[in-house]
Amino acid sequence: MQCQECGNRPATLHFTKIVNGEKTELHICEFCARERGELIPGTSSGFSIHNLLSGLIDFDPASAGAKQQTLRCEMCGMTYAQFSKMGRFGCSHCYKHFAERLDPLLKRVHGNTVHVGKVPKRVGGQVRMRREIDKLKRELQSRIEREDFESAASLRDRIRDLEREIGS
Amino acid sequence: MAKHKFAEHALSPWMKKDGPENDVVLSSRIRIARNMRNYPFPLLATADQSQNTMEQLLSIAESGRLNGLGEPAAYRLSELTELEKLVLVEKHLISPALAGESRNGALILGRNEDISIMINEEDHLRIQCLYPGFQIREAWEFASKIDDIFEESVDYAFDEKYGYLTSCPTNVGTGIRASVMMHLPALVLTGQINRILSAVTQVGLAVRGLYGEGSEATGNLFQVSNQITLGQSESEIIDNLHAVARQIIGHEQAARERLLKESRTRVEDRVRRSYGILSYASIMDSKEASQRLSDVRLGVHLGLLPEVNRDVLNELIVLTQPGFLQQQSGEALTPEQRDIARARIIRSRLASQA
Repeated sequence: MQCQECGNRPATLHFTKIVNGEKTELHICEFCARERGELIPGTSSGFSIHNLLSGLIDFDPASAGAKQQTLRCEMCGMTYAQFSKMGRFGCSHCYKHFAERLDPLLKRVHGNTVHVGKVPKRVGGQVRMRREIDKLKRELQSRIEREDFESAASLRDRIRDLEREIGS
Repeated sequence: MAKHKFAEHALSPWMKKDGPENDVVLSSRIRIARNMRNYPFPLLATADQSQNTMEQLLSIAESGRLNGLGEPAAYRLSELTELEKLVLVEKHLISPALAGESRNGALILGRNEDISIMINEEDHLRIQCLYPGFQIREAWEFASKIDDIFEESVDYAFDEKYGYLTSCPTNVGTGIRASVMMHLPALVLTGQINRILSAVTQVGLAVRGLYGEGSEATGNLFQVSNQITLGQSESEIIDNLHAVARQIIGHEQAARERLLKESRTRVEDRVRRSYGILSYASIMDSKEASQRLSDVRLGVHLGLLPEVNRDVLNELIVLTQPGFLQQQSGEALTPEQRDIARARIIRSRLASQA
């Protein structure tokens, strides 16, 4: 079937409109549809990462139920339903209030659920040190495996110092 | 004469410096997303709250604490004209979202335009650093220093498990987006590009056009960036991007050599035709301009057009965008008038550097 508008390209979009019982049909190609400004559901106009994301958020077989509807951030008032529509959180406390539903989503987006990168100096003092110790321990392990005992010993001392600092 | 320095020149000062691998990589960019602990994200902030976050963040720049890193100037978006905002977008200094939708949005801009800090975009704070050529690690170190300066006086929203909290769950964790802008004409000409780009997306990286998310890759310019921000450290993210970009650079360089060896005359013809058309045409739409400029850039790097200066090409990429054309003309232009103005500016720039 050819496009009714240009008569050139094959019609790929088929609209059926029923207004007051009167039925009109329209068969056009995507190019002409865009020219006419016809709303094509599911195509690129206005399509963004947030649309894509809200698809992911909604997609959760276990989520069917009333719980999702009532989950609400006590700080900014955003509900989980609103979040899943917009694809964006309202405030940093949403992470806490939506926590039970968040891990599957983050797993799907990032393949992970736990941060391992930079930690702010002031806010995350303890966290930072614990991470540093973990990192040094991994390094220590690999030095031992490489039989680099001399530098492993000095690393072990640094780990002890740090652990003492946290403990105090 | 433009009112603000950023609107006078299409070529940011940092772009004039030479960077490694600049025959393939135009620029390396790091963006860090941060939020303040006790305020809702800009999306839900009231006018008072967003005013408050803006003033607090601007005061850090105005206190002079960033001066050692590039003597930045601060602009409130409400003080800028629509055209000035468009010019900033075209120079990659702000996002279309900050220009169009932000409430109490602001910009802190380094003197060399290598630092641009957006306030009240999707997140309270977005620190961006731009470096010429392939210097993604250097860009991260620089951006991280700026991050540390803000952190001295701002309580960031940080969670022990999730890391830095961001408005969009695709940025949570490290909050960084590292990207490399690459010119890959030989991979496109030899038909290898799709294979390479689909491989790139399989290792957790994204490929976009010149103007980021949703923009088409015109002029054979591709922006490769990380997708994942949670569960990998900043250095893992950057090393991963670095390693993949390094391979793409190698493929592009090999493809260029092969083109020269196997079809030198045809490549030379293509490059010189494009140079000729750019030098003499009276009407030039943006798509043709970016394609022809890509051909000429390839010619320069293959040594086929020794008379053309690379800075002029970098300048023309930005100068031929709608905002800059109108800024130069001093009035709003219809698309037809723009195509004429674009052709005129390309002709005069290419003629003046010869």
